[in-house]
Amino acid sequence: MKQHKFKILLMIVVVLLPLAAVELATFLNQSLSYRSPVGVEGTEQTPRMQGIGDEQAEAEQEAREKPYEEAEYREFPVVGSRVAVWVIAQLHLLFAAFVLAVPIFALIIEFIGYFSKDPALKKRYDRLAYEFTKLLSTSFSLTATFGAFLTFMLIILYPKFTNYLMSVFSPTFLPYVLLFFAEAFFLYSYYYGWGKFSPRVHLALGVGLNLVGTAIMFIANAWLTFMTSPAGISETGALISTWEAVTNYTWMPINIHRIIANVAFGGSIAGAYAAYKFLQSRSDEERAHYDWMGYIGNMVAIAAFLPLPFAGYWLASEIYAFNQTLGLTMMGGAFSWLFIIQAVLIGNLFLAANYYLWLGMGRIEGAERFHKYIKYLLVAITVCFMVWATPRSIIATVEEVRAMGGSSHPVLGLLGVMSAKNTAVNILILSTFMSFLLYRRAGKTAVVEWARKGNLAQFAIFAAVCVFVIFLGVYGYFVETAVRIGLSIPQVLSVLIAMVAITVIDVFLFRGAKKGDTNWGKIPAVSQYVLIFLAVTFTWLMGLMGYVRSGLRQHWHVYAVIRDTSPDAYTPTLGYATQVVSVTVLIFFVFIGLVFWLTSLSDKKSWQERAAEEAEKKARQAQAGDGGWQPEPAMLRESNPADAS
Amino acid sequence: MHLYVLLPILAVMLLLQWRKVGMLVWLFVYWIGIFVILKYGFTTPVPQSVISLYMGIITFALIIYISWDKKRFRAVVDPLVAFMTRRRYTVPLVLVVVLIPSLVATSVYLSRTAPVQAPFFARTVHPATPASISAFSTDYDLATLDNPLRPLESDDPQAFARHVANGRAVYYENCHYCHGDDMTGNGQFAHGLNPIPTNFADSGTIAMLQESYLFWRIAKGAPGLPEEGGPWESAMPVWENFLTEEEIWEVVLFLYDFTDQRPRAREEVH
Ligand code: HEC
Ligand code: HEM
Repeated sequence: MKQHKFKILLMIVVVLLPLAAVELATFLNQSLSYRSPVGVEGTEQTPRMQGIGDEQAEAEQEAREKPYEEAEYREFPVVGSRVAVWVIAQLHLLFAAFVLAVPIFALIIEFIGYFSKDPALKKRYDRLAYEFTKLLSTSFSLTATFGAFLTFMLIILYPKFTNYLMSVFSPTFLPYVLLFFAEAFFLYSYYYGWGKFSPRVHLALGVGLNLVGTAIMFIANAWLTFMTSPAGISETGALISTWEAVTNYTWMPINIHRIIANVAFGGSIAGAYAAYKFLQSRSDEERAHYDWMGYIGNMVAIAAFLPLPFAGYWLASEIYAFNQTLGLTMMGGAFSWLFIIQAVLIGNLFLAANYYLWLGMGRIEGAERFHKYIKYLLVAITVCFMVWATPRSIIATVEEVRAMGGSSHPVLGLLGVMSAKNTAVNILILSTFMSFLLYRRAGKTAVVEWARKGNLAQFAIFAAVCVFVIFLGVYGYFVETAVRIGLSIPQVLSVLIAMVAITVIDVFLFRGAKKGDTNWGKIPAVSQYVLIFLAVTFTWLMGLMGYVRSGLRQHWHVYAVIRDTSPDAYTPTLGYATQVVSVTVLIFFVFIGLVFWLTSLSDKKSWQERAAEEAEKKARQAQAGDGGWQPEPAMLRESNPADAS
Repeated sequence: MHLYVLLPILAVMLLLQWRKVGMLVWLFVYWIGIFVILKYGFTTPVPQSVISLYMGIITFALIIYISWDKKRFRAVVDPLVAFMTRRRYTVPLVLVVVLIPSLVATSVYLSRTAPVQAPFFARTVHPATPASISAFSTDYDLATLDNPLRPLESDDPQAFARHVANGRAVYYENCHYCHGDDMTGNGQFAHGLNPIPTNFADSGTIAMLQESYLFWRIAKGAPGLPEEGGPWESAMPVWENFLTEEEIWEVVLFLYDFTDQRPRAREEVH
């Protein structure tokens, strides 16, 4: 029955298509140009033809007489040049971030596998690292394609300025291209050489891949940080020293912030891939595998995410240091509203990441004893999130401002400042760490005799650091700015020390501990959507912050040196900017969907096998006779065991 | 805080901890309770934008709270499903179905018939400075401008004290009507102004700015503000018309001296 339907449909299409084609051809033929009736060709000149001829000649003459002029800008239809370059650059950046990040943690996982003693574990880690790497080859081509696209867009739409950048950075372009070759070599030999080279050679290839990738990013960062914080040029923009232009004020902070952020982003995207595979899985075995993969992806993302606020503060303070105006535009001026959105996104990341860990406790036997702690963690995280998201300059109506007696609220004003936010973010980090710790010990029972004392010590450290961090936060209100900024350092340090100390105790505490089983794959499906949510949020955050970094220059190509005189020089409204970011993120996920799909193709059985299966199924159906519905074998068995190859 | 709002709500919340009630009731009480505290619990009302932000976070947290534990989740969802499917709830169900759209309609109606007021304007309190300004027939590059009197603080404390004293005189002759005797922004004129004069004692104002910023703001006043600072709203006068350059630097010294604050240091630029 189904097949009949299909045939009928096909027939209709087959009939309709040529009809439509004929219709279209006649329409085009008629509408495009005037044609003299058949048979009178050339025998009669109408005045219309004369007119057309004259017009053409005139246009040609005009074009010939016009002197050659270098274009400063060209227009892009509908959305304008700025948005066109913006979207393409952001897509390029997102893919580049992914391509740079995956090798970092794939290599780390491969190393873990290499050093683990248990052969089963060794194999598992190796396979996981390989699975992450599989995502690379398509993404790498897409990155390169978008890179070329971006270059053309820059040359077409901003020829003069691009030329200027070339003149400042000319010595960096050739190395960039050469490194790109090296990157391709390493990437493909790392990927295709999996299991083909000896482990050490393969690891060395991975290290090479990472080094080259990082170098590429550092060079590209030089170009864009130069635009924000120019150095090495005169006041009119003439080049004095390319090296100084490269090592400009925000170069290193962006390098660092990006490496870390890329890993966080890459981990979350890999986690989303695992979630996508998990949700498609038909067998428990597959679910177990992809649950584990998602868990590791998320771990990578969170581990990289925790130090980001500090890298971010460093970046922000360097921007301030370079130029107060830039700093104020960012944190206090037109762009400060975007940081409220940033804070909300970051808070959501924290909440969702913890939620995922808690959901994950469900797969561990014996985790129930820890359930009671989770609500306290949730309360702590929620309160810190609220403090973290409290705006410094509040959006308020006239009446509300009047009621507050000024633009700052007596209570909220206290929460909106740096002391409070630093404290909040430190406690957020510490709580997330505690969630992870609970997760780690969920199924374990310590057997060492000092277990009680060890637990107490851990808790004491945790409590002491919390008190210390809060104390410093409160103390910050009573000292001047310079001291206050200085206070963030002991805060961070104490959190770091606490995390290290607690981990060390933990390692010894659970030596030879009794373990409950971890039932990978036994996790509610919600958790997988949480992974996808995390990936989308990270992507959105990157898009937003990329805009902040770039838009901060406002009407300058190179801040305070080379002015943007194009029609697009104005700063778009915040609402519009967030819409552009959203559309970019959507486009990115369409492409990343393509990457996921292409990557999972390699897991699929060959069409011959599938055809054979189909035939077998039919044969069985025929055997069973014509009556009644039969469960299809494919629905009972797992249909495509992962990596059957 | 309005204790008469806060205490009863906290009492109800505590009571719920003791007496076992359905998860759904608990959820409802907490959500509404927190909302009421935010909305009515503060002596100075919290702006709606912040309440929405907070309630969003709270909602998200509550969803996590109920959904990560299967039992809790069932305890919330089952009664809801029962409510929607059981015969005996038909009448209340119809009521709810009618009530929700009517509430939405009412709130739309109320928001459309809001009292006449000026359109909302998101004024930026500390907008970015222009790169340079010209005043007193000089061009100042604000990125490098420093208070010429500041070095005296360590070089010649007596001269410094004299300048601070001059600054005091300038302040009490010109500024205290608005910015207040004690610099908290509550001078005689303050209640008539919107935005109100800046409170210099607040650690979030002059302490986080460099002196060049103050020089710009004092010399150029409200008309010198960029668009996002709402120059048409602020009453801050253009003091370059009334004071000398030195007097401006002196009053800047005095602002910091009186409030016991330090200007934001200029970081080393390489
Ligand atoms: C007519 C009332 C009025 C007088 C008089 C006045 N101000 Fe202001 N001032 C304001 C208002 C209103 C603001 C806040 C709005 C704004 O930023 O422009 C302000 C803001 C400022 C700021 C900006 C602070 C910041 O954090 O950005 C400075 C600095 C300042 N005033 C200094 C002075 C000095 C110094 C004097 C005396 C020479 C003075 N003002 C006299 C009304 C006044
Ligand atoms: C609160 C302190 C932070 C500040 C001031 C800050 C500031 C910035 C700025 C200005 C950029 C633009 C750099 C660029 O696009 O090249 C940026 C990029 C970014 N930030 Fe932050 N950030 C902070 C914290 C965080 C946190 C906590 C995260 C966590 C996810 C984060 C994630 C990112 C990402 C993903 C990028 C894009 C990186 C890239 O360009 O590849 N930031 N940040």
